[in-house]
Amino acid sequence: MKDTFDYEIGAKKSLLSFNFKELWRYRDLISLLVKRDYVAVYKQTVLGPVWFFIQPLITSIIFTLIFGNIANLAPEGKPPFLFFLCGQTFWNYFASCLTATSNTFVANASVFGKVYFPRLAVPISVVISNLLKFSLQFIMLVIVWMYYYFDGTYNIQVNLSLFLIPIYLVLMALMGLGAGLIISSLTTRYRDFTFLVGFGVQLLMWATPVVYHLDTLKTKSLLGYQFVKFNPMTSIMEASKFGFDCGGSFDPALLTYSAVFAGVLMLFGIVIFNRVEKTFMDTV
Amino acid sequence: MNKDVVIKVENLGKQYRLGEIGSGTFAGELARFIKNIRGKQADDLITDNDRTLQAKKGDIVWAAKDINFEVKRGEVLGIIGKNGAGKSTLLKMLSRVTAPSVGSIKVKGRIASLLEVGTGFHPDLTGRENIFLNGAILGMTKNEIRSKFDEIVDFSGVARYIDTPVKRYSSGMYVRLAFAVAAHLEPEILIVDEVLAVGDVEFQRKCLGKMKDVSSEGRTVIFVSHNMGAVKSLCQSGIVMKNGTMDFAGNINDCVSRYLKINTTENEGDVVIEKKGTGTGEALIKRIQLINEDGNTAESVLYKSPIKMRVYIDSSVTIPKASLDVKISDKDGSILFHALNIYHNQALPLQEGENIFETEIDNQLLPGGFLASIGVHNAATYYTMDYQENIIAFEVIKAAKNAADSYPYEWVVAPAMAKSDWKKIK
Repeated sequence: MKDTFDYEIGAKKSLLSFNFKELWRYRDLISLLVKRDYVAVYKQTVLGPVWFFIQPLITSIIFTLIFGNIANLAPEGKPPFLFFLCGQTFWNYFASCLTATSNTFVANASVFGKVYFPRLAVPISVVISNLLKFSLQFIMLVIVWMYYYFDGTYNIQVNLSLFLIPIYLVLMALMGLGAGLIISSLTTRYRDFTFLVGFGVQLLMWATPVVYHLDTLKTKSLLGYQFVKFNPMTSIMEASKFGFDCGGSFDPALLTYSAVFAGVLMLFGIVIFNRVEKTFMDTV
Repeated sequence: MNKDVVIKVENLGKQYRLGEIGSGTFAGELARFIKNIRGKQADDLITDNDRTLQAKKGDIVWAAKDINFEVKRGEVLGIIGKNGAGKSTLLKMLSRVTAPSVGSIKVKGRIASLLEVGTGFHPDLTGRENIFLNGAILGMTKNEIRSKFDEIVDFSGVARYIDTPVKRYSSGMYVRLAFAVAAHLEPEILIVDEVLAVGDVEFQRKCLGKMKDVSSEGRTVIFVSHNMGAVKSLCQSGIVMKNGTMDFAGNINDCVSRYLKINTTENEGDVVIEKKGTGTGEALIKRIQLINEDGNTAESVLYKSPIKMRVYIDSSVTIPKASLDVKISDKDGSILFHALNIYHNQALPLQEGENIFETEIDNQLLPGGFLASIGVHNAATYYTMDYQENIIAFEVIKAAKNAADSYPYEWVVAPAMAKSDWKKIK
């Protein structure tokens, strides 16, 4: 009878003893955190969620002017605006997942220091609320795509790989979350990593075919092409553009590579996060 | 039947590294990491826990050490101790905010901890939204919160403002709403830290009542507070913490008197002080004697006879006007009255070297045990040079100077009497 304790709090925890059952018990917390992120951001604004649309729309217009008209980076025969909007929408999802999860510990130190709940609930809620934001922008993307499809000026085909988009999203979420977890764990000790994320994500965008086309890069710089090809985000970015038939390419081998990379990154992220969450209050 | 144990704490300890984390620690960490890989035990487990010593950078202290206790189902356990005794560290480990360095805590049932009220409140969200968010953070499900929502709003008394963002709330409303959510938690084990120190008197009473309800429902409560009255009325058993270790465990009444006497030495009536209390330390109280009418050390005070004390002070400065005060408290630590030379325009000079003062305090005390705190301050700047809290314990006995004046009853209804005048007018 004496040994029927529900759990034990001790100094050491094995590497992969992650308590998914507990996380599930806190699913209501996750949903309320998602709601908070969603509601709180646009409180006391007039336009509210319209900002979700304005941001990528205006960025894409600027990109069309600069990268499309001046630098000629948009692919031939495809609508440049659709090309840049598609790149923006997908890249934004990955980038916001990464930046928002990467400061989990530091931003929530005051809450984490006072009450226990599975810490992973916070980064997961971030990924979900970003998914909501993404889906709104995705609807906008589909509307723009349909406009070009029915307009007929450009030759745009319906493509079956469009149905793979949920998979791309999962892969991007895993990579963003995995990298975010690793970075947030490291920032508890060394704040240097906050600076790294700030400009690292920007640099990563140029190393990913967001505003250019992988084929364009191949013709202009073979070295750059070899380098960018092995960026795990590249195949996803290319494939999602391919899905909307506004440029891009579809490479199953590279996509598999990205999937494996995402899985490993996520696993690694959980292991580190799990280790740090127990004592981060002492060092944060 | 033997009540079962819901929390079992074994050899619990927690160490902290002093100093800042910077580029220096990175090198230290690498060295430690390499040492660990090579299978050598890191040799940084030191035992010293004297916080007054000057710390070297990278030193490690034990904030809590060698803690062992058990809590049974339905028990209300009070944890008391001075600031820095390790109470908060223990609480943080119990509520899983941070992991211990050594030892373990075994728990049966759900723990909810209230180390602070309003954790996770978002200023831009309305009261309603925050009730749900805060409730979920504390471990409630949406359905649980929904079913208690009206009760929570009712308890907080902010029904009119429930759809207004909490940043518009007054601080009192904010705290009341926050406590209302916390008070409606229904975990098997509740950990509470000093949250009663908020709100006005009426609300505090409401909170105490709620805590009593919780414990009478048979749930386990661990309660940390400096309010000895609250601890005594709520808890059955207690733990006294001192310098990161358990000083005493047992019945709550014993704990409270033990805690209040932590400062006082065994040598009642004549206390020699080695450590500085609070204050600048320019002057140090070295010795306090309780004396009788003849000026000899006394262990107790006679009923209705003045309380006389002799205070020895070593000063490193010369001050024309020093103020000296004595606070008399009952054995629960509640202050009864305050004697200060300034009240009677009797500021005294303090010379460099040894000074001896004597005071005679009008004795309104009824028989019982009391504690006195003594301080020496600069009357011009108001700075406290040395203040020794609850440093001397003494007893007022029933016997008086004249046998006829002795205290006549078996019982005592209050710690002190009020001077009163009685006459018949009809």
